[in-house]
Amino acid sequence: MIKTGTLESSDCMIELRESNERKIEIESIVFEQFGDQIYDVLKTTLDEYHVKAVFLRCIDKGALDYTIKARLKAALELWGVDHG
Amino acid sequence: MKLLNSLDELFKEIDIHQNKAISFHHHLRNGDLVINQVLEKYHSHHVQEIALFPSAIFPSYQMIKRLLEQDQIAHITTNYISGGVADYLSNQGKENILTMQTHGGRARAIIEGKSKIDIAFIAAPSVNYKGDAIGYKGPSKCGSLGYAIADSEYAKIVVLLTDHLVDEEFDRVEIHGSNVDYVVSLDKIGDPSGIVSGTTNITTNPIGVKIAKQTARFLEDIDVIKDGFSFQSGAGGISLKVTAELENYMKIKQITASFFSGGITGYHVGLLERGLVDKLYDVQCFDLTAIDSLSRNKNHIPISASKYANPADIDQVIKDLDVVILGATEIDLDFNVNVTTDSHGIIMGGSGGHSDTASEAKVSVIVSPLFKGRLPIIKKHVTTITTLGKHIDVLVTERGIAINPLRKDLLEKCKQSLLKIKTIEELYQEAINYTGIPKDVTRSDVQIGVIEDRTYDKIDRLYRK
Repeated sequence: MIKTGTLESSDCMIELRESNERKIEIESIVFEQFGDQIYDVLKTTLDEYHVKAVFLRCIDKGALDYTIKARLKAALELWGVDHG
Repeated sequence: MKLLNSLDELFKEIDIHQNKAISFHHHLRNGDLVINQVLEKYHSHHVQEIALFPSAIFPSYQMIKRLLEQDQIAHITTNYISGGVADYLSNQGKENILTMQTHGGRARAIIEGKSKIDIAFIAAPSVNYKGDAIGYKGPSKCGSLGYAIADSEYAKIVVLLTDHLVDEEFDRVEIHGSNVDYVVSLDKIGDPSGIVSGTTNITTNPIGVKIAKQTARFLEDIDVIKDGFSFQSGAGGISLKVTAELENYMKIKQITASFFSGGITGYHVGLLERGLVDKLYDVQCFDLTAIDSLSRNKNHIPISASKYANPADIDQVIKDLDVVILGATEIDLDFNVNVTTDSHGIIMGGSGGHSDTASEAKVSVIVSPLFKGRLPIIKKHVTTITTLGKHIDVLVTERGIAINPLRKDLLEKCKQSLLKIKTIEELYQEAINYTGIPKDVTRSDVQIGVIEDRTYDKIDRLYRK
């Protein structure tokens, strides 16, 4: 498993695990307001890296989109995925 | 005045079932040990249809939740709620159970007979043989008893609860024995660690510091900081930093202030003792330094909530207030401010003196980061209106200052200012460029209560989640 980020306010934590399909799980303090937007950032970033099968968990403490994207990119590169 | 040794003795004297409109003050904050003990009696006597008038509700006041669960409470009238009771009311509160007032509005409603109280239960840190009481001495000292004064003068029955009965005359009596019917001795009325609020520290967060510096410069630019000015800042970290910035300016320009009002901290006491302000009008002490200052500083004056903020009181202190610095959970494009519910629609506070001071002060300033976590502070419409936009003059954020278009005089004064003066729409746009547009949160149509302004106007409604 790969883990990046923190649980500090305005940050998020990303966890990646092996899986035979793509599964995205989001926990967020602003899920009601921004859940869809967070999903879009995660999905788009996985697409950019052509990752089709992974279990991705994002625990969000109110991070802005570019923070979420940076945490996920770092996780993917630690995971060994080449930038597409 | 009759001296009793327990609540059981009290309820042999008076019929608990005939006296169920009851009030409490919140000066002991989360360290209050009185409200739960008294409500335990109402619980065990199965009293129905209780009308509760606490000046505020803190997380430790758990008996209120028990009584709500047993449906023993008909109505709650208060100025602020946090913790379990707030969550319970937002998620399960029955229809029209709640009226949220302001500090000045509560005192006014009691004095004018709109809030009729059978028994005022007043936790009193020091009581003497005449039934006089003060709050600034004793093992459970809390400072000013400002929120309990109207209750002590207008409730049908006044009961003091104390753990410190003394044989001495008090300086500056706050509650007069002539108004008191019973004094009940209890082992302990408060837990000192919960009485003083944790942190009243000046912020060091760079965003907070930037906002405070911009605020101080703005106040200098509009020329309100001059000899004899009056000011209220509360105990928030950014507000205190504004006060600290003004202190430097006052020293350089050799300016002294006439008074500071509201909640008082050790920092305000320091300014009094350094001769930078003539008087502190204190309705509530936030820390031990402020509490102890009441014993030694003649010009640190405890005042009642009515004298503080009741619009019908001819001595109202904030009528002469030049500047107030306030916070906000949300502010909208019409400058309406919410400090009652969070952005999910759950109750987490209340006006306190927010609407009172904003209504009266010549300049009311909201200080806040442009977004908290990911939530922009500026919304098209606030979730709940605590203070009407017509009373809010300025919003200061780290990325610019917005002046209410109603204040053409302030806009005029800032024409030459080097500060970043923007419209609130521009600041809104800037915020959502970073955060995205938040989806509106959902709520039910079940109305649990109203926001009642100090004018008695109902300015908004509260709904179950």
